[in-house]
Amino acid sequence: MSQTLQTSNLLAVPLAPLVGSVLAGVFGTHFGGNWLGRRITHSLTILGVLVAFVLSMQTLWSVAADGARFNETLYTWMVVGSLKMEIGFLIDGLTAMMMCVVTFVSLMVHIYTIGYMEEDEGYNRFFSYISLFTFSMLMLVMSNNMLQLFFGWEAVGLVSYLLIGFWFNKPTAIFANMKAFLVNRVGDFGFILGIGLIVAFAGTLNYTEAFAKSADLAVLNLPGTDWMLVTVICICLFIGAMGKSAQFPLHVWLPDSMEGPTPISALIHAATMVTAGIFMVARMSPLFELSDTALNLVMAIGAITALFMGFLGLIQNDIKRVVAYSTLSQLGYMTVALGASAYSVAVFHLMTHAFFKALLFLGAGSVIMGMHHNQDIRWMGGVRKYMPITWITSLLGSLALIGTPFFSGFYSKDSIIEAVAESTLPAAGFAHFAVLAGVFVTAFYSFRMYFLVFHGPERYDQNPDAHHDDHHAHDGGHHDHTPHESPWVVTVPLLLLAIPSVVIGYFTIDAMLFGDFFKDAIFVNADKHEAMHELGHAYHGAIAMAMHAFSSAPFWLAFAGVVSSYYMYMINPSVPAAIKRACMPIFTLFENKYYMDWINENILARGARALGTGLWKGGDQSVIDGGIVNGSWKLVGAVSVVTRQLQSGYLYHYALAMIVGVFLLMTWFVWLK
Amino acid sequence: MNITLGHYLTVGAILFALSVIGIFLNRKNLIVLLMAIELMLLAVNMNFVAFSHYLGDLHGQIFVFFILTVAAAESAIGLAILVQLFRNKSSINVDELNTLKG
Amino acid sequence: MMDAQSALFYAFSAVLLFASFRVITSRNPVHAALYLVLAFFQASGLWMLLEAEFLSIALVLVYVGAVMVLFLFVVMMLDVNIDSMRVGFWKHFPLAATMGAVIALELAAVLLGGFRVTVPHTPQFPVMVTPTAVDAATSAVAVGHMVATEVSNTKALGVLLYTEYLYPVQVAALILLVALIAAIALTLRERKDTKAQNPAEQVRVKASDRVSLVKMDPVKADVASAIEPEKSA
Repeated sequence: MSQTLQTSNLLAVPLAPLVGSVLAGVFGTHFGGNWLGRRITHSLTILGVLVAFVLSMQTLWSVAADGARFNETLYTWMVVGSLKMEIGFLIDGLTAMMMCVVTFVSLMVHIYTIGYMEEDEGYNRFFSYISLFTFSMLMLVMSNNMLQLFFGWEAVGLVSYLLIGFWFNKPTAIFANMKAFLVNRVGDFGFILGIGLIVAFAGTLNYTEAFAKSADLAVLNLPGTDWMLVTVICICLFIGAMGKSAQFPLHVWLPDSMEGPTPISALIHAATMVTAGIFMVARMSPLFELSDTALNLVMAIGAITALFMGFLGLIQNDIKRVVAYSTLSQLGYMTVALGASAYSVAVFHLMTHAFFKALLFLGAGSVIMGMHHNQDIRWMGGVRKYMPITWITSLLGSLALIGTPFFSGFYSKDSIIEAVAESTLPAAGFAHFAVLAGVFVTAFYSFRMYFLVFHGPERYDQNPDAHHDDHHAHDGGHHDHTPHESPWVVTVPLLLLAIPSVVIGYFTIDAMLFGDFFKDAIFVNADKHEAMHELGHAYHGAIAMAMHAFSSAPFWLAFAGVVSSYYMYMINPSVPAAIKRACMPIFTLFENKYYMDWINENILARGARALGTGLWKGGDQSVIDGGIVNGSWKLVGAVSVVTRQLQSGYLYHYALAMIVGVFLLMTWFVWLK
Repeated sequence: MNITLGHYLTVGAILFALSVIGIFLNRKNLIVLLMAIELMLLAVNMNFVAFSHYLGDLHGQIFVFFILTVAAAESAIGLAILVQLFRNKSSINVDELNTLKG
Repeated sequence: MMDAQSALFYAFSAVLLFASFRVITSRNPVHAALYLVLAFFQASGLWMLLEAEFLSIALVLVYVGAVMVLFLFVVMMLDVNIDSMRVGFWKHFPLAATMGAVIALELAAVLLGGFRVTVPHTPQFPVMVTPTAVDAATSAVAVGHMVATEVSNTKALGVLLYTEYLYPVQVAALILLVALIAAIALTLRERKDTKAQNPAEQVRVKASDRVSLVKMDPVKADVASAIEPEKSA
């Protein structure tokens, strides 16, 4: 059915989850009196997200099939001078795609949560939070101005904080959520500076109006320096993206965010929130195209993240951490694509990655449930016998991740690699090396995890940290660690996510990369940045691309990765230990995450606390309290001690003073006047 | 020898100086202090009357009139205070009157 | 040789200055008061020489007759220990004399330097204002006129006071009234031996001011026990 885009439908997309969230949050929790039970709460919130999803699909259809667009202001919040602050929607191909991805993954996670959080006390609160997140993310992607974008940006950061620290009695969870929020804040600082510069020089927050002025902005320098203004703006905006999308060095929060429950790791830290940065850069493509310096920086940072975070994934033992570092690495890939001016490729990878990474996280969660909340892959093995659906879907997700031909991950990853190869920026050489090496590393750690969890001998009883889970009923009295398959509310989302992980790349690559889908959303200066153009030349259809892959490096690198991991973990398990002994320094470096956490905690955090303490003791206590406040009364006291002598109480002193005064006045008037 | 205005003014000046000396010397004796003040007023009156005579302006004498009135009122009240002070302290020694010491 | 006026002037001035000196240096305050009376008399004589008859008489009547008498009353009433106050008297004399001399010299310099009038503005000097013309402007103007008629000093003063200076006279009266009230208010003591009652206070009396009920045991405990053995004994 083709319909033009209606305001009410568009409004319903973010508002339906919001309503669900508010109802669940107020009436379903202790806050409002615990009126709503679990079934009603999850039904309400799922209904909200379902409405959003259906309307998003409808919007996508209108946009793709009918070419419908929407760019209007719905509400003017305030007008300050000539600056208007509004709420409005901009619906084009990019927005519609993001809306669908966000609502679909959110819907899957909502259903999954029914099973995953079944035994948790904060069940209703969790549903409220994830619906609130859906609202925030939708406001972010649907906005037509930077203020609303920033609102959504901050709101998703807030909900991420709330969800990472969901189990707020766990000290590690609280540490992680503070870390996430504070690192995000660093990024937000840059982001606000970028927005501020745009407002200062373009005079508007609206995308369309600001981009219309981009030609004027391109010739300006930042006042007082000889840096190009657009470069400074883009770098500031990218700093925001670095914080939100966890690029090096602001990536440190993402592995720690695994302290939160697995559903949110899937929703927020794989599929949606972390992609906000990528989305934002793609949205701002008219500005980024004007600055080669900024694009170079973007590519370099992305390449560093892609490769070095991949390395860290090699040695992780927590199943969620492996997937987290995988996410970091793939975000690096997306960033590299942005740097190569292949914005549509980056967004395409964003979409495919959302599906298969969410699938991998939810699969990991299912395994964790099955393993009675043990998360260490060293003590798993042979799970495929007990959890077949989880096994198959995780396998499909892993194959998509490593770029197996015909899977969706293949189309997006290989497009990135080719785009980088065509790029002429200075960082392109290193970036190309990084993304190619990253293919091997990705394949290795993905299948290391896969083999250790689903294949090989069963090591459940060997876990030295195993705690006897009193929540579960055990048969008889003997320890039963064998896993069992998860309920349907968990496996159905896995299946539903596995489908697009496999097929969506094949079906959409034509329209998205080489068609008109992003034509008015993403702007590429084809003269200066020819990557997309060259890609278009080399593209002969999806099947041809897949067949071509068998004769190109990435495929064989991935294959080598799979084979190596098979050898090292299935055939000859003593090899990893030998390699570790041989490369101990490198291993230690990896284990300490390149000492980034150490730097943050001991240098930056401690330095900030020292600065605060110094200002408190030196500034507040000594100068303000001691010097100014105490000093003023002490001064008054000292002066009055002296002037008090004048008041002796003796009449003759006063009389004498009067006489002397008269005498002086007389002298002055007689002699000196 | 002609008595000029200057003679009378000199008399007034010396009277004034004497009364200042008197205040300074008798600062411990309140009664004599008050008397010295009367002397001061007398010196001023002397000046006024002298000027009134030599400049032919009667307003000087009018002013003396009022000074006399106010001086009378002031010495009455001053003495009343003195009497009260004496009743409370049994002494008019100014050295003992330092309760307003700051 | 000087004429009578000059001789009188010098006589009066000399006694005046001597009396003033004795006022401030007398040991006995009664003596000081009496010397002050003498000084006022001399001043009165000087003013008579200056043809200010009314004021000179007023000085004697008011000042000597009332104010100095008041001083004498107070001095004789207060039983003062003089010697304790005279401690260190002559020690400060040099400084005091210096200060006084300087003040006198400065005064003389100003006054003599500015006003070198040698001849008094006599004898048409008193104000010639006909009783009918009363406003201030004409009286000021009329001062300079040389009219043949001589008016007595008192009359001239009176005319001026009750026309131009009417308001200040009222204020002066008020000042005197206030001084009267203040002096009484400061020093009035109530007689303690009268038995007159204050009706307002009587009416304000409450029962609780006059009678209070105290609860007591009829017999004290130890007294009771003291009585018992006595009875049995």
